[in-house]
Amino acid sequence: MTADTPTQAPASTPGFRDGDPPEVRLLAQMLLVRRFEERCVELYSAGSIRGFLHVYVGEEAVATGVMSALEPDDAVVATYREHGHALLKGMSARAVMAEMYGKVTGCARGRGGSMHLFEAATRFYGGNAIVGGGLPLAIGLALADRLAGRDRVTACFFGEGAMAEGEFHESVNLAALWRLPVLFVCENNLYAMGTALARSESETNLAVKAAAYELPAWSVDGMDVLAVAEAADRAVQAIRAGGGPHFLEARTFRFRAHSMFDPERYREKAEVEQWKQRDPIELLRGRLVGQGTLAEADLAVMEAEVAAVVDDAAAFAEESPLEDLADLELYVHDPASSVLRRAPLLAAAREGVAP
Amino acid sequence: MSARRSPTARSGARATAVAPPPPPDDAAPTSPEPEAGPRTLTYREACREGIRAAMLADERVFLMGEDVGMYGGCFGVSMGLLEQFGPERIRDTPLSESAFVGAGIGAALGGMRPIVEIMTVNFSLLALDQIMNTAAALQHMSGGQFHVPLVIRMTTGAGRQLAAQHSHSLEGWYGHIPGIRIVAPATIPDAYGMLATALADPDPVLVFEHGGLYNASGELPAGAGAVDLDTAAVRRPGTDLTLITYGGTLPMVLEAAERLAAAGVDAEVLDLRTLRPLDDVAILGSVRRTHRAVVVDEGWRTGSLSAEVAARITEHAFYDLDAPVARVCSAEVPMPYARHLELAALPTLEGVVAAAERVLRGGA
Ligand SMILES: Cc1ncc(C[n+]2csc(CCOP(=O)(O)OP(=O)(O)O)c2C)c(N)n1
Ligand SMILES: [Mg+2]
Repeated sequence: MTADTPTQAPASTPGFRDGDPPEVRLLAQMLLVRRFEERCVELYSAGSIRGFLHVYVGEEAVATGVMSALEPDDAVVATYREHGHALLKGMSARAVMAEMYGKVTGCARGRGGSMHLFEAATRFYGGNAIVGGGLPLAIGLALADRLAGRDRVTACFFGEGAMAEGEFHESVNLAALWRLPVLFVCENNLYAMGTALARSESETNLAVKAAAYELPAWSVDGMDVLAVAEAADRAVQAIRAGGGPHFLEARTFRFRAHSMFDPERYREKAEVEQWKQRDPIELLRGRLVGQGTLAEADLAVMEAEVAAVVDDAAAFAEESPLEDLADLELYVHDPASSVLRRAPLLAAAREGVAP
Repeated sequence: MSARRSPTARSGARATAVAPPPPPDDAAPTSPEPEAGPRTLTYREACREGIRAAMLADERVFLMGEDVGMYGGCFGVSMGLLEQFGPERIRDTPLSESAFVGAGIGAALGGMRPIVEIMTVNFSLLALDQIMNTAAALQHMSGGQFHVPLVIRMTTGAGRQLAAQHSHSLEGWYGHIPGIRIVAPATIPDAYGMLATALADPDPVLVFEHGGLYNASGELPAGAGAVDLDTAAVRRPGTDLTLITYGGTLPMVLEAAERLAAAGVDAEVLDLRTLRPLDDVAILGSVRRTHRAVVVDEGWRTGSLSAEVAARITEHAFYDLDAPVARVCSAEVPMPYARHLELAALPTLEGVVAAAERVLRGGA
């Protein structure tokens, strides 16, 4: 953490005021993630963001609901589709956006980009672009908590595509065997790039598959943020009570391409349109307006506050400086390592001069 | 699969789907059927046409990997092949690198000629055990009984701001392993023709396609077909020094040679093509003529392919050298995302020219 990337406490969710019902915060959080990513897509087209950019549009209810069940001290491990998870864990929109710009004020000082967001202070452990790569890490974090006697939970998010990898099976087995405090959250958006679930899994009921490892496993409607929040809450409480790892499959859908470029030859437009009818933001908004919790005027205020945060993040990223080229080789070894102390000596030896 | 008419012009005979593997021999490998005249293709299209020709030439050949079928390949190489060959032979796999690479080994043992595609070299690490502990070792471990005629294609390299888990050049690392052949096509004829030869090889072959080359275009000459996988190629003859490289950095090194030519320096450019086994005849022959060498390698410097090349030159042509061998490699950092940092981490044209000038000054 650097001084110029202040962590935004979850309480400061734009569009949410203390005293508002908790559903309002969930709506405001999903809206922030949606608008933030829509801006990222624009900035990608403008060339300000490069590399791969995987957006979470359509899936916001999953991370929003799950994170509502976590304490600030709990850890999160996510994938390359993690801008929303980072924001929801409490990272500032500025630090995330600046990272996407590759600026030194970014949460990884421009080294990671969109797929590798990290923040120690909020216990956000990335940002992993190897499918399945985060699962072993998550059980290790949980193992450390167990060994140190800390009452914390680690939430590990991964796509359904990862369930075909050995890492999934090895990690879930180990977590269950050792009864580690991990919440495994499978974000089942039905496609792994162009591969539909039924073309990659022999057992498409993923909770049934996971249950073979002897841990509580069930599925939830991933478009209904309240259902996700409730399911996650139950799981997290059980984990904290010593119930060992839990597996939650959230059934959701990605509304856009896998990354920025994707001809989408593998699915029908009608399927996408059908899922868009269950847009998680619209579902909750409709419910809150329908029951009189929110008025249209409140929604306009929420939109405006969210837009202000996104504008501010983009302006901050735009104006931020780049890392100094002389610092290219920083962060390969710990500053305390003797490797760094000896480096000048070794360079001098290669040049044949006295250091 | 039922037996069907072999589409090759060669025999016109009926071929069974699962023919026993032919005994390894030194005869010329099966050439893909040449098109009528020269044509201009992208590197991506050349890779695709190479696969298509190989599939038409031999029914035992099939392509397997993540998103090779319906998606058309993560880099678009196999676009359209599913429609032509169907899902049995253009086989989409789940995200299970270790399993489908291992399945490729088994299928090769079973008499097939699999082409396994791994999206990028970074993900090949999930299959490293199968590649090294089984594919590369099986023949020796079994006292020569089992051969693994498997081809594994994968993308390598940086340059697209994909950061530390999508950008590395690990082909030099694979070059450490006895029992496999490593090739890196850098030109359109090689992108097209290396595959046929690799499939005819009785041992495992790893093909590294640099992601930065897919959109490059060039001419595939009339009658282009299988190319040898034994020799390096002089891409530009010269007398003053040898620039040694392969794969993704070849275009940049050729440009550096032109820059040097404008300054009156006549550089030879050697494209290694095959990274294991290295063509010592070409490497040492060139250096003995020019007396100076610069090795350009996108891998990290330490323990790299460039280190191996430089070591061989000093071991075997030391007294022919007029200057120490120089190397231009990637900085010793996981590849950073930010554009300016990534560019600073990678070999550059300026860096190659500067290294060449230093070598021409005698290394000072
Ligand atoms: C080990 C590995 N193999 C392949 C890839 C390439 N790849 C990146 S994302 C992806 C699809 C993953 O799908 P899923 O796990 O369902 O997550 P989603 O993208 O749907 O959120 C693939 C194949 C990778 N990053 N890592
Ligand atoms: Mg998915």
